[in-house]
Amino acid sequence: MSLLDITDLEAGYGQMSILKGVNMSLEAGEIGVIVGPNGAGKSTTLKAIFGMLNITGGAIRFDGNDITGMRSEKLAEHRIAFVPQENNVFASLSVHENLEMGAYVRRDDFSDVLDHVYEIFPPLKEKRDQPAGELSGGQRQMVAFGRALMIEPKLILLDEPTAGLSPMFMSQIFDRVIAINKTGVTVAMVEQNAKQALAIAHKGFVLAGGQNSYTDSGQNLLNNPEVARSFLGG
Amino acid sequence: MNEFVFFLNKGLTSGLIIGSIYALGAIGVTLIFGILRFAHFAHGDMMTLGAFVTLILTAVLAAMGIVLPLPLAFVAMFPAMIITAVLAIGLDRVFYKPLRQAGAKPVILVMASVGVTLMLQGLIRLFAGVRSRNMFVEAPKEIFQIPFPGASRKLVITEPQVLLILFTIIAVIALHWFLTRSRLGKAMRAVSDNPDLAKITGINTNHVVWATWIIGGSLACAAGTLLSMDVTLKPDLSFNILLPIFAATIVGGIGQPYGAIAGGFLVGFCESLAVFNWAILLRPFKDDLWFEIPRNMALVPTEYKLMVPFLILIIVLIYRPTGIFKGRVL
Ligand SMILES: Nc1ncnc2c1ncn2[C@@H]1O[C@H](COP(=O)(O)OP(=O)(O)OP(=O)(O)O)[C@@H](O)[C@H]1O
Ligand SMILES: [Mg+2]
Repeated sequence: MSLLDITDLEAGYGQMSILKGVNMSLEAGEIGVIVGPNGAGKSTTLKAIFGMLNITGGAIRFDGNDITGMRSEKLAEHRIAFVPQENNVFASLSVHENLEMGAYVRRDDFSDVLDHVYEIFPPLKEKRDQPAGELSGGQRQMVAFGRALMIEPKLILLDEPTAGLSPMFMSQIFDRVIAINKTGVTVAMVEQNAKQALAIAHKGFVLAGGQNSYTDSGQNLLNNPEVARSFLGG
Repeated sequence: MNEFVFFLNKGLTSGLIIGSIYALGAIGVTLIFGILRFAHFAHGDMMTLGAFVTLILTAVLAAMGIVLPLPLAFVAMFPAMIITAVLAIGLDRVFYKPLRQAGAKPVILVMASVGVTLMLQGLIRLFAGVRSRNMFVEAPKEIFQIPFPGASRKLVITEPQVLLILFTIIAVIALHWFLTRSRLGKAMRAVSDNPDLAKITGINTNHVVWATWIIGGSLACAAGTLLSMDVTLKPDLSFNILLPIFAATIVGGIGQPYGAIAGGFLVGFCESLAVFNWAILLRPFKDDLWFEIPRNMALVPTEYKLMVPFLILIIVLIYRPTGIFKGRVL
């Protein structure tokens, strides 16, 4: 059975319906990449998984449990972490406090995870007492990523973790994603840099107009001439 | 020199006293705004309510014949703070929480808090009448007269004033410690900073809301009690104090607890310096001055004291709407 199973998901903001039947399934340990044009509903899909909007149809199952419409606060206890596309750090809290807040639901000793996060993102250690709002865009992404890792998630949802980053930073973030995935964490990632992202994906989902238009392995999508023409820019 | 001591007594001490009261009130208002996103207009009446709870407990202690080295009202204030905190959570449960859960806009919560104000005022008058009361049930308040070198006039400070200043210092340190060291305090700052991300992170919003009301309610009780100990307890205590407290909150930067403290003292000092009769400080130099010193040179007549926070508010909103500590814009 899949770790994450989304079937015919329909959801929207208030009365406005945006998702019109999204299907997605990920096995434990996979990287799934969601690509598609702006406004396709990629962020909306992640927000719907994370209980942040009105779900009007379909189901989301995680690890054998029905989590459709479950409140965000509860999902952290199920060890699902989400890094939103925007406003993904506590700007007035220090880097260290951001990471501590990531571990809010944990009542055990998490100092080893903290050390581990500082290890994979060395710049954070240097800036640990600075307010996260004062960091560069790339460093802020690291804070957001690190914050999400604090619960030692089984599934991590990343919304454009490389948005606005230079190519060097971008490949650094992709390397981290691969490294984290190697430790057994399942990743569902929305990416604008579709080619690079699909290259590291086990599964790829092309969304358009709130629906899947292609679902295949990452490699197959890259090699699919139709996908290449309409979504990957030739 | 006597004139200078007079200035210390009337200008600085009174600024410090009233500034402490404003700071204690403004901390609550700013935290409630930061976490719950609405201006809590019933805060002044929460202060009156807290002071009445203290008065009742004080009367009970006095009836039991208890004698303590501190004023009974000050001792009774601590259990009263707990009771007021519980009442504050209760008010939230009954009036604000249902609205929040229905997704009401902030302005609706503000209106609800105006309703709570009217309700509390009515209830207090219903049970306590309209007369003013003395918080010193058992003995008159103690007044310390401290000799000042080179002056025949003495520095005057009353026991409740000393207690107020000490209490404010300790409360501010405790608040700082709570917000920067404790897990719940950091979570409060996180919710105030970015409520959506706080939810995603799994922070329990209910705990944070409770903590907000506990801090806001208990400090309101303390401020109301200490103010009534300094003057007297009147059912309309909140009337004159709500505007300066909101001015302090906005001057300090909405949602910024340290700003609220700074804003409280700023408004307090401005008020007491504005009504101070500066002619008294000039009198020793009257022979060297080319003009006749008028009898009263206060910037603002005492009866119009409320103008001062109002002016500060207008100036801040025009020139620096985010306040000293860069808070939110209303
Ligand atoms: N908060 C919101 N309220 C109402 N409609 C929204 C909201 N956020 C997004 N939408 C609408 O939902 C649709 C899908 O938006 P979504 O953010 O999911 O797109 P996306 O695929 O993530 O695009 P991008 O690549 O630009 O991030 C858009 O038409 C957008 O206008
Ligand atoms: Mg998006």
